[in-house]
Amino acid sequence: MTQKTVLVIDDSRTIRRLVSQTLTDGGFASVTAEDGALGVAAFQQERFDAVITDINMPNLDGFGVLEAIRTGPSNRKVPILVLTTESSQEFKDKARGLGATGWIVKPFNDKQLIEILTLVTGADAA
Amino acid sequence: MTLDSLRETFFAECEDLIESLTENLELVASHEWDAETINAIFRAVHSIKGSAGAFGFTDLVDFAHHYETTLDLIRSDKLDISNDVLRLIIRCSDNLAELVEGSRVEGSPVPEATKDLTAELIQLSGGPDAAGSPEDEFVFTPVAALPIEISLEPVEGFDITLAPQPSLYLSGHDPLRLISGLDKLGALTPECIVDAVPTLDDFNFDESYLRWKLKLRGAEDEDAVRDVFQFVDGHCTLEITPVLAEPANEPHDAPVEPVAAKPEELQTVAPQPRAQPAKSSPPTQKAAQSTLRVDPERVDRLINSVGELIINHAVIDRNLKESGLVSNSEITTALDDYGTLAREIQEGVMAIRAQPVKSLFQRMGRVVREAGEATGKKVTFVTEGEATEIDKTMLERLADPLTHMLRNAVDHGIEAPARRQETGKPETGTVRLSAAHRSGHVVIEIIDDGAGLNRERLMQKAIEKGIITADAKLSEGEVYALLFAPGFSTAESVTNLSGRGVGMDVVKTAITSLGGKVGITSSPGQGSAFTISLPLTLAVLDGMIVEVGAETMVLPLSSIVETIRPAASDIQEVTPGEWVLSVRGTFVPVVNLNALMGLEQTDDDHTNRVFVLIDANDATIAVSVDAIQDQRQVVIKSLKGNYGAITGIAAATILGDGNIALIIDPEALSGLAASQRAAQSQHSLEPQF
Repeated sequence: MTQKTVLVIDDSRTIRRLVSQTLTDGGFASVTAEDGALGVAAFQQERFDAVITDINMPNLDGFGVLEAIRTGPSNRKVPILVLTTESSQEFKDKARGLGATGWIVKPFNDKQLIEILTLVTGADAA
Repeated sequence: MTLDSLRETFFAECEDLIESLTENLELVASHEWDAETINAIFRAVHSIKGSAGAFGFTDLVDFAHHYETTLDLIRSDKLDISNDVLRLIIRCSDNLAELVEGSRVEGSPVPEATKDLTAELIQLSGGPDAAGSPEDEFVFTPVAALPIEISLEPVEGFDITLAPQPSLYLSGHDPLRLISGLDKLGALTPECIVDAVPTLDDFNFDESYLRWKLKLRGAEDEDAVRDVFQFVDGHCTLEITPVLAEPANEPHDAPVEPVAAKPEELQTVAPQPRAQPAKSSPPTQKAAQSTLRVDPERVDRLINSVGELIINHAVIDRNLKESGLVSNSEITTALDDYGTLAREIQEGVMAIRAQPVKSLFQRMGRVVREAGEATGKKVTFVTEGEATEIDKTMLERLADPLTHMLRNAVDHGIEAPARRQETGKPETGTVRLSAAHRSGHVVIEIIDDGAGLNRERLMQKAIEKGIITADAKLSEGEVYALLFAPGFSTAESVTNLSGRGVGMDVVKTAITSLGGKVGITSSPGQGSAFTISLPLTLAVLDGMIVEVGAETMVLPLSSIVETIRPAASDIQEVTPGEWVLSVRGTFVPVVNLNALMGLEQTDDDHTNRVFVLIDANDATIAVSVDAIQDQRQVVIKSLKGNYGAITGIAAATILGDGNIALIIDPEALSGLAASQRAAQSQHSLEPQF
């Protein structure tokens, strides 16, 4: 089984650590970026199997990340999960319109995050 | 990473965020702000709220939520920053800092101002309804949360049709992953409908042409099925129809195979509709497949009975031969069938007890990981042949020896990362655990790519410990076998991990008690391989029945290389009482079983005796016996419980004539031979027990 690598974009280092720890425990590898712009830059460096992004971030927000990846030069069909405290339908619709694969509301449930990632990346069940 | 360290990260981050919050609020107070200043304030509060939720700091989350709602109004120009508003948001910032501090210690009181400030925030943002309650938000809501219909009828599975729209592909989804998600829930028969795919001329690359019919059986939880599609709602047409369990006599496929109902198609493509239901029936059966739980004692009783049945067959067979009936009479043919059937039953019963080694191997992953951590070595653990089946009792009894051997492989085999780099090896070592069926045996191998065994050091240690004499000449296999000698430990100092006074001799004893053998190969600098060879069953053994004096004994067939009736010139006496047999140019030490067991010899002439070449401990010995009787399956009866362990004897069995025969332990025999050679001065083979 090849390990899937996930790009985690969040401006909170607590959330970055929490998510990468959850990913490691769930058998995924992770790379973190601390804002949208750095995230998009990281995305262009390496091939990721999935992206988890926050919405509210400095420099480039999650919507910008979605747009940049979906209209970008490579790997534009990567699954992108939005992980945020926002849960309004308006936000969700906007993210969906920009090509978000799924939506997870913070605080997230470890098991659920792994299940969803497993589903969207087609990873072997951990 | 512990939760404590995560909390530390959280509090450190909060300090930074509150500092940035305070700075930016000061900018606002001094009228030196722009839109980004407000954004930064909002983000700081938002980040604290988001992370605090992960630790369950509800008071903090609650307050941050209302604070954030007001800040969002300012951010979106719905609220002007009046002096009152400014004072409020600055006080809120102080209160937020206090709440963060309070969260460090469990049970700290909520700062007094919280309640009033919250009320003011709610009022500013237009009442409680506008802000909503954060608790409502923190419930995970799948995008496609749909009401679940609860059916009291037993559900057999679901019929699902999936027709993706182009947007599904554009949102990072892949029907294949959805299908594999379903496949994990039960037995899935996917069918891709390609009718809509046009010819290349009409093909539009932005269009979605494929549809799927998915038959899922053996899944009862509609929720789980809907979860698979939770994010694709709106990106596809999806129908999920529960299929109720039907009485067995009704055709299963009628409702899901409407094609078959069309008469015109039945005529033109008759074989197809027929073939379809036939093809789809195995998964349905698979779904209905159930396991039977049986008390292991019942299986053991059955195994015992089968063992007796085999003995019984041998008794009849023998009596029949002695009665002088012709060999092709009907009764002997029937008896042959009886023997075949008995073997079939035996194999069937063994299959009940067989279990894949997967669970055991998976447990071993942890052993290797922990051993790596304890020794500071980097180790990758690889398993192969996890599906190999082995007797359940053996599986259980293998756990300890394997644990010990794997720890040894990490502790003594794999070198420290620095040492590995020096020798040009990758920093991370590999320990490979594999299982396979090989010629009627289960072979389990533990292979490491470590330093390998040091022959000289092993010898030296064994001499120091008095296990061998200084001038003993040992073959490679015999040297490695020293590892298994009681009281032998190669580590210079006893480590925490593998040296706890229990040596590899315990491993060896455990494997031998299972009727197995352990072999070692090693090459310096490249690693070692420990090979455990186990019989498929604990109960029965294929043996060669030999005559030793007036006794009948059994040699395990698995150890026998060949049998030889030598010419007089092939046997030479090296020292008085010690003989060697020349086999195609190499000399093999002879073990006279009569002498070793203190039994009379029927004929002193070597050429009238039979020499059985036995492979043990990677060395070959020639066991000389009076005659060979037969080759047959015998039921193993342990001596330990009934009599006590005897060196050289593995167990006993009851023969067809009702007599007891001892089963020889070839390894122990080879060991006895080696110790005799070591004690060269003693010229006679004295009985050892």
